[in-house]
Amino acid sequence: METKGKKYELRLYVAGKTLKSATALANLKKYCEEYLKGQYKIEVIDLLVQPQLAEGDQIFAIPTLVRKVPEPIRKIIGDLSNEEKVLVGLNIRPVKTT
Amino acid sequence: MAKERKKEKTATGLTQIPKTLTGIKGLDEITGGGVPTGRPTLVCGEAGCGKTLLSIEFIVRGVMEFNEPGVFLAFEENADELAMNVASLGFDLKQMQKDKKLKVDHVHIDRSEIEETGEYDLDGLFIRLGYAIDSIGAKRVVLDTLENLFAGLSNQAILRTELRRLFGWLKEKGVTTIITGERGDGPSLTRQGLEEYVSDCVILLDHRVINQISTRRLRIVKYRGTVHGTNEYPFLIDNEGISVLPVTSLKLEKEASTERVSSGIPALDKMLGGRGFYKGGSILVSGTAGTGKTSIASYFANECCNKKKRCLYFAFEESPKQIVRNMRSINLDLQKHVDSGLLEFQASRPTLHGLEQHLVAIHKDINRFKPDVVVLDPITNLITIGSVGEVKSMLIRLIDFLQDEQITVMFTALSLNTIVNEQTDEGVSSLVDSWLMVRDIEFNGERNRGMYIMKSRGMKHSNQVREFVITDSGIDLVEVYLGPAGILTGSAREAQMLHERAGSVLRTNAMDMKNREVDRKRRVLEARIASLQSEFESAEEELNKIYIEEELVKKITEDNRNEMTRLRRGEDEVAANKVKK
Repeated sequence: METKGKKYELRLYVAGKTLKSATALANLKKYCEEYLKGQYKIEVIDLLVQPQLAEGDQIFAIPTLVRKVPEPIRKIIGDLSNEEKVLVGLNIRPVKTT
Repeated sequence: MAKERKKEKTATGLTQIPKTLTGIKGLDEITGGGVPTGRPTLVCGEAGCGKTLLSIEFIVRGVMEFNEPGVFLAFEENADELAMNVASLGFDLKQMQKDKKLKVDHVHIDRSEIEETGEYDLDGLFIRLGYAIDSIGAKRVVLDTLENLFAGLSNQAILRTELRRLFGWLKEKGVTTIITGERGDGPSLTRQGLEEYVSDCVILLDHRVINQISTRRLRIVKYRGTVHGTNEYPFLIDNEGISVLPVTSLKLEKEASTERVSSGIPALDKMLGGRGFYKGGSILVSGTAGTGKTSIASYFANECCNKKKRCLYFAFEESPKQIVRNMRSINLDLQKHVDSGLLEFQASRPTLHGLEQHLVAIHKDINRFKPDVVVLDPITNLITIGSVGEVKSMLIRLIDFLQDEQITVMFTALSLNTIVNEQTDEGVSSLVDSWLMVRDIEFNGERNRGMYIMKSRGMKHSNQVREFVITDSGIDLVEVYLGPAGILTGSAREAQMLHERAGSVLRTNAMDMKNREVDRKRRVLEARIASLQSEFESAEEELNKIYIEEELVKKITEDNRNEMTRLRRGEDEVAANKVKK
């Protein structure tokens, strides 16, 4: 997780160390390593520690993954267990046409 | 403060549900002290029925009147829009936010930028809300409109469990919450069945347009563990926020004044036990067109102003200038009272706005002007904008309010001979304390006005029909003539009176003649008595003369006899002596 010039800036909002949060983070890391190696940055925000940050990104569900960069902002809520959906949501891989 | 009410004890010493005053006019009255403290209350209704306004007012009143900070969680509008929307009501949300009394949090849910995968919960919302509550120490929370969550998220199962958790969590937090919900199509109160989760207090708002005039209504669908008004209460939104007007206050505990106010027409006062109406009473003047109802009302207003009391005149038919001009023709100068500020006219067409708004406008004018007397002329025009029942319920509330304030009110009502308006008379008449009826009496080719008192509570009143005359010098009541042919009014009465006057002159003349004749007869008789008397006297004298002569003769004879006896006795003595010897 380096600093500048990353193509993807991802932010994962969690609330404490819950099972869902842990699953989400694990899933996210797995996808990123697989598809975005080297071009992503993940920031994990624990709202129990920084509740004031929830308002800024319009967080209401936990866990929420926010794609800050590239624009437009996309949000994926849930434990990110559905790989297909996450990738579509992050616009990492174009939807396969049949 | 609301807190003082929180532990209200009953007579039995049991603690009742603690309530939080909303500060919304009338709502606290209906709910008997506000919404349940520390619990969620559901406010539901169709779009545009005032849910958001009610909830924001709940928060704002809490800040302004009860010093209870509030959190407004907006799912529909953002803080700026909200601030702008309520700025017209004089609520300065920005300032309150600066003062840390209010926190507006806009929860923006855009389905197009959200993807759902797998398990999640709404902890984010909880955390946001919790953070907002804790940061200002909020006591009141509004969630407007929670159902937007359903539009934004597809996993209903999660949402429903999370909502249940949310309400539980809010209760735990001890904040008094209002949740708004859109009315659904079916029998359910809200589209998503939010009422399942909120079991303590549900308020339903409604917005109906009848005869092109809209009326907003509010009803408490349920309020667990407390008595509450169950009716539909009209409410309205004006430049001071929401006002709910309870149809009637639940109790009849009005002050009753024994003070009397003159009607301005001495003869009418006389009919009302000599002293006029009761102060704080309600008077209905009803009659057909052109019977002088407005004149009676104007006299009453004038009398009130002459006594240096204040009078507020609501005209629904004529403009103030028209009334002033028309009353001048019967020698009544209302302009001087207008100039001195004792009399104020409020003229508006009934169709200007709905009944409820009229009522509120009247309330406001009364609160501002503080009159002693209020005149409504005529109430029948209100029928054009509401049904008989609605007008009645409005007037009940008005009379209630006026009685509370000890303001005497006079209504005028036009009665046509149609069913609807007869109902009006009856509908309103049971409410009023005094009912004057002015009626046309058509007779002998002319129309005259007759007035009588249908009822007047608590005072002796005349049962007579009086003729009501309007002249250049004013109005007056005259006794109608009860002749052999029935009641005579107008010129027939005048004619009859003239006739009677002529008859009485003739009768006096005849009487005089009779008197003189008797006098003469008496004198003749007296003369005859005198002559008879003298005749009798002469006869008596004659008789006396004879009697005296008789006496004289008798006396003289006696004397003579005695003399003779005496003379004779001397001889006899000698003779006797001779015999003895």
